Amino acid sequence: MAERPPKNLWREEVEAMLTRHLACTMRRTLLPAALGLFLVALLSGCAASPAATATSAPAATPTAAAAAQPANPEVILATTTSTQDSGLLSVLIPLFEQKTGYKVKTIAVGSGQAMTMGERGEADVLLVHAPDSEKKFMAAGHGTERLLVMHNDFVIVGPKDDPAKIKGLKTAKEALTAIANTKSIFITRDDNSGTNQLELKLWKATGIDPKGQAWYQSTGQGMGATLNVAAEKNAYTISDRATYLANQKNVSNLEILLEGDKSLLNIYHVIPVNPAKSDKINAAGGKAFAQFMVDPETQKVIADFGKDKFGQPLFFADAGKTDEEVGG
Amino acid sequence: MDLIWEGLQQAFWLLVGRDPEVIAVAQLSLMVSTSAVLLSLLLGIPTGVFLALARFPGRRIIISLVNTGMGLPPVVVGLFVTVMLWRNGPLGVLHIMYTPAAMVIAQCIIASPIVAGLTIAAIQQLNPKLRLQILALGASRWQMVLLLLREARLPLLAAVMAGFGGVISEIGASMMVGGNIEHQTRVLTTATVMETSRGNFGLAIALSVLLMILVYAVNLALTLIQQRSRPY
Repeated sequence: MAERPPKNLWREEVEAMLTRHLACTMRRTLLPAALGLFLVALLSGCAASPAATATSAPAATPTAAAAAQPANPEVILATTTSTQDSGLLSVLIPLFEQKTGYKVKTIAVGSGQAMTMGERGEADVLLVHAPDSEKKFMAAGHGTERLLVMHNDFVIVGPKDDPAKIKGLKTAKEALTAIANTKSIFITRDDNSGTNQLELKLWKATGIDPKGQAWYQSTGQGMGATLNVAAEKNAYTISDRATYLANQKNVSNLEILLEGDKSLLNIYHVIPVNPAKSDKINAAGGKAFAQFMVDPETQKVIADFGKDKFGQPLFFADAGKTDEEVGG
Repeated sequence: MDLIWEGLQQAFWLLVGRDPEVIAVAQLSLMVSTSAVLLSLLLGIPTGVFLALARFPGRRIIISLVNTGMGLPPVVVGLFVTVMLWRNGPLGVLHIMYTPAAMVIAQCIIASPIVAGLTIAAIQQLNPKLRLQILALGASRWQMVLLLLREARLPLLAAVMAGFGGVISEIGASMMVGGNIEHQTRVLTTATVMETSRGNFGLAIALSVLLMILVYAVNLALTLIQQRSRPY
């Protein structure tokens, strides 16, 4: 052991050494690392801002229609995944924003979750397709009005060799009964979405309880993912036509085996959330969006959507009709 | 196989053509995750140093909690932050639900335990005599902490990389608190999930490739800093 240095003599030198040491650390390691990170943040920040202004520009441009800026421009739309996944909302939302000056936050979830968000006052307007739940929602006073927007239909898809022999059957009820009787694999979304609710209603009509059966398998996922699972397992499932058409090239071993049954109608309603639920609800914005959806101009856009890509429309515009006229 | 090839080609053209939408999505990913990691460094490093050096009852329990937090599931964080930030929730007045700020908060909560946990390990793997020696040389407490951090800089940079890798690849929380809103909160991971469910596998693969290039670029930069004194 070396002798302990007399503290008063060495102290200054030690401190000087430590300071040099620290300065060195700062300069050589911490600074470049921090600088690098900040630079990345800065660069992305700078580069992102022009993009952000570019996207907000159309809404902000004081055109005649958008001149009256709404007091609360933020509208939260809770909707189903099918409207987003089909690409319809990417067309409609910019139109609405441009016309009215509102800024829409689209939250695409299942119809079940969308309605729960409405109930809790976490959304201003809903675009959903689960008629039975919607009626309950309205009866409980959660919405101000419920307007018919459009419909398309569900189809039962399955493997080409069709082990349950449902091709040629007339109704969804007969088809599901045949699937159950032959114990062919059926994939259910099981996520309380509009599609799932319709599927459960159809099973109820057959009098069969598929829950817990080995051939009745649950994904708990959205329509696109569920179609892919069905394709991998060579199984049957129920899909809305729009999502099936969008995914057709990836699920080429599945084909539409049953369509056109009245019980397979898929009807979309728009529901502004009742502002009495919470003072934070943007009632004016919700109402404006609902009115936009049933506006004749918007309805024409809806009716034409998908024709160029799939050769057939994905949705049928129905504003002004009653549920009975559509067949629901 | 042809899908992967198609995806790679699409990724190439997206990058070469600088598709403005995709670039904006990538920038948002980078910005949100970088901010979250910087914030988590501010929180995680001091916490880690404190837990590594201080001696008090319950310290080991807290460290075990931090270590558990390193595996915090993003969806759990997402759900918790969502319920807090909803406009009728306890922090609803902040009005930041479905904004990048909300995503930064969620990602910061995910990254902070990772940074803190690795900081504890980094400080504690130093020779304990070093601390005595530094103090014996007359250093103040702060000087001692800074010197220890300097000694532990290599594992600390690894902590930064682990934190960044954890949050930029995270999806559950970003989806829930951000909402995957076009032009606002859509990041690479949520866009990938959406394109997959739309059946656009090529585009989804292109986005994944972009994400991995981004993560690699950031890690390469950090690794170069970390390994500077060992060029080969």
